[in-house]
Amino acid sequence: MMTSLAFLLIHLAQAAATTTAPAVTDLSTNLPIDNQGTVWMPSQASTTAHQIDALFHFILYLCVFFFVLIIGCMFYFMGVYRRRHPEQRALSNATHNTPLELAWSILPGFLLVIMFWWGFTVFLDVRTSPADGYAINVNAQQWSWSFGYPNGHEDNNLHVPVNTNILLTMNSADVLHSFYVPSFRVKMDVVPGRYTKTWFNANKTGEYMLLCAEYCGKQHSDMNAKVIVHPKEDFPVWLANADPLSRLTEEQLAEFKSNPDKFIKGHPELQGLEPPASLGRKLWDRKGCKTCHSLDGATNTGPTFKGVWGIQQPLRDGSSILVDENFVRDSILNPNKNVAKGYDAVMPTYQGRVKDREIDMIIAMLKSLSEKETKK
Amino acid sequence: MASISVPGAIAGQPARSKANYLNASSGFLSWAFTLDHKRIGVMYLVGIFTAFLLGGLFALLVRTELLTPGPTITTHDWYNRFFTLHGAIMVFIVIIPGIPAALGNFALPIMIGAKDVAFPRLNLASFYMWVIGTLFAISTLAFGAVDTGWTFYTPYSTKYAFNGMIPVVAGAFILGFSSIFTGLNFIVTIHKLRAPGMGWFGLPLFLWSLYATALVQILATPVLGITLLLLLVERTLGVGFFNPELGGDPVLFQHFFWFYSHPAVYIMILPAMGVMSELISVFSHKHIFGYKFIAFSSVAIALLGFLVWGHHMFVSGQSNLVGMIFSAITFTIAVPSAIKVFNWLATMYKGSISLNSPMLYALSFMWIFGIGGLTGLFLGTMATDVHLHDTYFVVAHFHYVMAGTIFVLFGGIHYWWPKMTGKMFNEPLARLSCLLLFVGFNVTFFTQFMMGSHGMPRRYYNYPAQFQMYHQISSAGSYIMGLGVILMVGYLLHSLARGRKAPDNPWGGATFEWRTSSPPPVENFHEQPVVDDLYDYEKLFWDEQAGGYVRREVPDGAARPAH
Repeated sequence: MMTSLAFLLIHLAQAAATTTAPAVTDLSTNLPIDNQGTVWMPSQASTTAHQIDALFHFILYLCVFFFVLIIGCMFYFMGVYRRRHPEQRALSNATHNTPLELAWSILPGFLLVIMFWWGFTVFLDVRTSPADGYAINVNAQQWSWSFGYPNGHEDNNLHVPVNTNILLTMNSADVLHSFYVPSFRVKMDVVPGRYTKTWFNANKTGEYMLLCAEYCGKQHSDMNAKVIVHPKEDFPVWLANADPLSRLTEEQLAEFKSNPDKFIKGHPELQGLEPPASLGRKLWDRKGCKTCHSLDGATNTGPTFKGVWGIQQPLRDGSSILVDENFVRDSILNPNKNVAKGYDAVMPTYQGRVKDREIDMIIAMLKSLSEKETKK
Repeated sequence: MASISVPGAIAGQPARSKANYLNASSGFLSWAFTLDHKRIGVMYLVGIFTAFLLGGLFALLVRTELLTPGPTITTHDWYNRFFTLHGAIMVFIVIIPGIPAALGNFALPIMIGAKDVAFPRLNLASFYMWVIGTLFAISTLAFGAVDTGWTFYTPYSTKYAFNGMIPVVAGAFILGFSSIFTGLNFIVTIHKLRAPGMGWFGLPLFLWSLYATALVQILATPVLGITLLLLLVERTLGVGFFNPELGGDPVLFQHFFWFYSHPAVYIMILPAMGVMSELISVFSHKHIFGYKFIAFSSVAIALLGFLVWGHHMFVSGQSNLVGMIFSAITFTIAVPSAIKVFNWLATMYKGSISLNSPMLYALSFMWIFGIGGLTGLFLGTMATDVHLHDTYFVVAHFHYVMAGTIFVLFGGIHYWWPKMTGKMFNEPLARLSCLLLFVGFNVTFFTQFMMGSHGMPRRYYNYPAQFQMYHQISSAGSYIMGLGVILMVGYLLHSLARGRKAPDNPWGGATFEWRTSSPPPVENFHEQPVVDDLYDYEKLFWDEQAGGYVRREVPDGAARPAH
């Protein structure tokens, strides 16, 4: 009866795996939904995934074999040797059988050696970075990911070209995190105060979920991102257009700021360039501001930025401060200087991670937010 | 194995005074200052069971929150506190002291034919350490709570977490002393107070496992104490041990922590394996099979348990060589665990198996520990661990192991209940409760293997909606377990008030506690029991009048009754 329970559960899970709605994105986390998995494993999207799955299934079948053997014997003995009246005696009073006991102590050892050795060699394949590949820096902090590209672009989602060795050098700004992409079967802790490395080679284009697997505080479960695997020829195009702001010269930037609409029309080659407020909104997401600060008034780890532009913000030390350009800039680069009343000094600094021109865009977004408010 | 009793005589119940350890003295102070190991065991049991109900309540809150992704009944902060308190209470306050301090305290001296443990005052001190540590830990609910998880990983715990962490860590430190005192007491008691003629291989196997556990308790717990002290010093005085900003190393904490906390897994499981050996043999009414292999495997598990802590850290950044060594040693520990399971099965073979409630719990453990042990293979294997580490697969695995211990704790409570209280409980309800717990447990945790291998990380308040169905099945299972526990509390309390009077030997056990009255007198025995084979059931006969088993001496060389 209990064996059938296990099979029922497997059956239910199978049903779940095949009937998941074909929606692309999951609304609760904004992550791509994986509906390509099998009963036990998520979709395979890296060159090493099948090695791990083969080993997993080898151990699984071995476990099922031994479990059925043990529990089968147990139920069989329960039935056959059931005590039917209180004077019934045991049919045997054997106390030991040394050859038998030595056999079942030693023989399973061979299987354990196979498992260990197979696990170790695949582990080395998974852990040892190939000599050449495309290097990306990973910066983890409570509670967002930031991926740094060779051209200086930083993104909160991990974009990579397909069929390419991706070499990750990872660091944490605060506590332990862990970089985990289930579909790639890759996991590596991100440790403050040192660099850890890992690598993968994604062999299927598409979107995959990237999760933080090491508990990192309040919003640990919100610390996720997408891995977007581009076709090889599309990746350079994406990268070139990912950060149009950084491609502007100082002169162009001044021109752009003074009259954004005219500048954008005049430079169609700068794909992805948008008015400052909407660029600011994208940076807000990309730099991870959104994890802790809302724009709609919802309370969160940090204060909301709804309707605060131009007001006097009460501070933790009892004073107050005008929310203006300087306050926003200070709050990004030196966050613990002015901590809002009712909040803790937990924000890490963005010194070196946000360019001046990016701060300008975020300020433009916050300003436009309050303009919308007053128009209402 | 010489016996001086007259062959054929009924070693039944001679006229005895009605005084027993429960009614020999009364009043609050007679319990609060008691030095009687049986009363201390009972107080531990009441305390641990109460803490279990509290830890279980937090588990139900966690499972209820996870019915939907995003907010269901509470916030991020409270969810993190719930799972932290669930883990800390269940590990430090319930399971680690569970079988040794409650059941061991009650049974160990009686099982070796002694009047008490070697150091009765140390035993009482151990109980009060447990009480104080528990109060410290639970007081965090009033002092801003704690949200680090029971592992207290740095630098989150030393720099970012709520201040409630301080009382919890102090509580765990104090609980450590309780554990050390108990371990020390048991080692000395087993060495010095065995009945005349009882050799090491005449000990009940439960005591081999308690001995092995006690070795781990006194050797590993000090490391946890020192680690927690360093944690508090870093947190309060800013001395850098673990926080890289202060020059420390966060991975060092993981090494220190698991140096204790992996052996602690064996502190939890070894006593359960010991109780298993008693239950399987007694309820199969057949001599335990492979006594020496079982006894030595307990010691082997205890010693090897010290050398595998690094398998918690395959993705922490430790070197491949270190990982390889830890993985290899981890596999060796599978062998003594498997030996025990095979020996229990062989004990059942050609036995005469009664399916009373303690045996149902023991058989549940075979199923649950079977799955818990086998799934450990996926995690000891380095390559698969990379994918499964810190997912619900691990959560399911350690619940199958640790809650396996809880099943045996319940089995042990039912087994020794008539001896402890002098009352029988309602057997059909006990079987129903065991069934509810068993079904509920498997529904709750088997689903967690599946979502874990699909990548669902642990300690998640919010989760991708594709995991919702698994979470809902899992939560439904936890409610079934809740019903089972409520039912158990009900019929056990009813048994105290109205239970049928227990016979001296309701199950047919051959160890010493079944040769004294239920409940035993203060000095444990009316007459010193004679040492013989404690797994020999030939001399036990069912007595309808007593409602239990009585010993009759079978003349040497007489044919065994042919049934």
